[in-house]
Amino acid sequence: MAKSMTTEIQPPNKEMRVQEALREALRYEMTRDERVFVMGEDVALFGGAYGVTRGLMQEFSERRVLDTPISEAALVGLAVGAAINGMRPVVEIQFADLLPLAMDQLASHAARYHYMTGGRVSVPMVVRTKFATRPGGGPSHSSCNHGAFIHFPGLKIIMPTTPADAKGLLLAAIRDPNPVLCFESHHLYGQRGLVPEGDYTVPIGVAAVRREGKDLTIVTCGGMVLKADAAAEKLKEKGIDVEIVDLRSLAPLDKETILKSVAKTKRAIVLDEGPMLGGISAELAAMIQENLFSDLKGPVVRIGAQPIPPPHSPPLVDAMIPDVDQVIETVMRLAEGGKPR
Amino acid sequence: MLDAVKRKSILRQMVLLRAFEEKLEELYQRKAMFGSTHSYRGQEAIAVGVCSALQSSDLIASYHRGTGHLIAKGADLYLLLCECMGRADGYSKGRGGKMHMGDMGFGFLGNTGTVGGTVPTATGAALAAKVRGSHEVVVSFFGDGAANQGVVHEAMNLAGVWKLPVIYVCENNQYAMTVSLEKSVAIKQLSARAAAYGFEGKTVDGNDVEAVYEATAAAAAKGRSGGGATFLECSTYRWDGHFGGDPGTGYRSKEEIETWKQKCPIKRLKEKLIKDENLTEQEFESMSADVYAELNEVAKRAEAAPLPKREVDLSSIYAMEVADG
Repeated sequence: MAKSMTTEIQPPNKEMRVQEALREALRYEMTRDERVFVMGEDVALFGGAYGVTRGLMQEFSERRVLDTPISEAALVGLAVGAAINGMRPVVEIQFADLLPLAMDQLASHAARYHYMTGGRVSVPMVVRTKFATRPGGGPSHSSCNHGAFIHFPGLKIIMPTTPADAKGLLLAAIRDPNPVLCFESHHLYGQRGLVPEGDYTVPIGVAAVRREGKDLTIVTCGGMVLKADAAAEKLKEKGIDVEIVDLRSLAPLDKETILKSVAKTKRAIVLDEGPMLGGISAELAAMIQENLFSDLKGPVVRIGAQPIPPPHSPPLVDAMIPDVDQVIETVMRLAEGGKPR
Repeated sequence: MLDAVKRKSILRQMVLLRAFEEKLEELYQRKAMFGSTHSYRGQEAIAVGVCSALQSSDLIASYHRGTGHLIAKGADLYLLLCECMGRADGYSKGRGGKMHMGDMGFGFLGNTGTVGGTVPTATGAALAAKVRGSHEVVVSFFGDGAANQGVVHEAMNLAGVWKLPVIYVCENNQYAMTVSLEKSVAIKQLSARAAAYGFEGKTVDGNDVEAVYEATAAAAAKGRSGGGATFLECSTYRWDGHFGGDPGTGYRSKEEIETWKQKCPIKRLKEKLIKDENLTEQEFESMSADVYAELNEVAKRAEAAPLPKREVDLSSIYAMEVADG
């Protein structure tokens, strides 16, 4: 990531990758709070399919780090019950593609218990999952379905991009009295960055301005933040000054930061790895134009995934998912006052 | 063997559960409640037998036909009736209706309208007890229809693997809405499934409240001492249709319904108490009249309670802090 993208991190801190930062949050909170426990497929002995929970079982015992059978619906459902009964469960679901298996437990149970019981019951739990469309994943192992979950009031949704945010957001999620879905991008696991030591939280529902600029705002999230940044670097050479807003949370949405940025630049692109059709980019584009229509110098343009299932072969994936050139081209057309093709 | 006082209080509870369903039916008929009823008449021995065998710190999760479970566990009748009638004073402030409530204040994890959906809730609550090292036992109430949901299988498998202190009380009333058990499963007894999860399964006469009590007490003692889960299939029958407005006869013969009514759980205990404890018909009638009168009084108050204001309260979506029950 370009230097401009790292939010200032105060010492003491440590450089680490996103996976390690997520683990750091789990370790920190498991040490501090006996109620926190972790369960999922291969999370204990093996340390998680992506190594996020590595070493936790050895440190906190099998009582608090549970390997489970392949039962996504029950894992989420058991977390709901454990949360209502006073615990702080953290569940790992290996691929976002598998969240639909647990949809009823997420959408009709976790998300709704608090509201539908008049506030008598609360469900403080976290579901962590990996997402990203990439070659080799294919239709059941590389979905970007995060946008689907904004339809369920009561769920909070976070999507950390930097290692610092990975720790800070996950720590905030475990402490949150609500169910929180944490989408971890495959593209970002290996990203390195400084992470504050100790008790470090990032508030849920607050976006980050990753790069300041005056000509155009790209509102984006997850792995697309990297592409937006790469595009912005090249656009700088062409004299176009791009501002990047990283959502960090999809629910609740930080409308204030988004609208403040677009009100300044007066041009906006919404860039998302998920489907445009009915997705988070559609919601953001509508929200921006509803609030700022008369200030805008051009249409709010979406760049997102084509409406096909995620394919296997690299050229097919490349055709489906926005790339840096597409972002550059779209920004230039908009910046020149033109309309998108 | 239960003592006379406990047996009489169990009888009274069963009368209350029946009176409550009759009250709901009356409210439904004159459109004083919203949504449908799911009558529990005929199944009273299960809720009362199970909950009488629990400690107050034990927990239950329920389902759409759940009013009986809640009352037997100690729900407040006014709050419950208010919720059925969509009143602001209701358990869920009118947001949930009788299918969507929860209150850890009396050990009630929640109920929802997804058939089988709260079986993992109960199982997870039992997991919490195990991880924490606390000693509550959790009862998961569900019907024969729910037994065929995938998540129920997943949850029971986990309860078996982790030896969780949960009692799966399957109220087998022979029909999933209109579809009979024979059309839904190829086995005679649902309790046979427990073997596949590695814990004990048992079928009891769900219209014999004392049999349900004894079986629950044994399962709870086992769960509390680390012995794991139990599948308790309680054979029973719902006297009424699946929901308000369903006469329940299109898919069941009048003879079948009549046969089961002869096995009325209230009548059975009453007759035993007349024989064993010198209960008189007069005493029973007077107790029964008290229950109905008391309920009428509460229902009147609930019906007079205001509806919620017509407003969208966005701040109600998220909890600001964890509810402490």
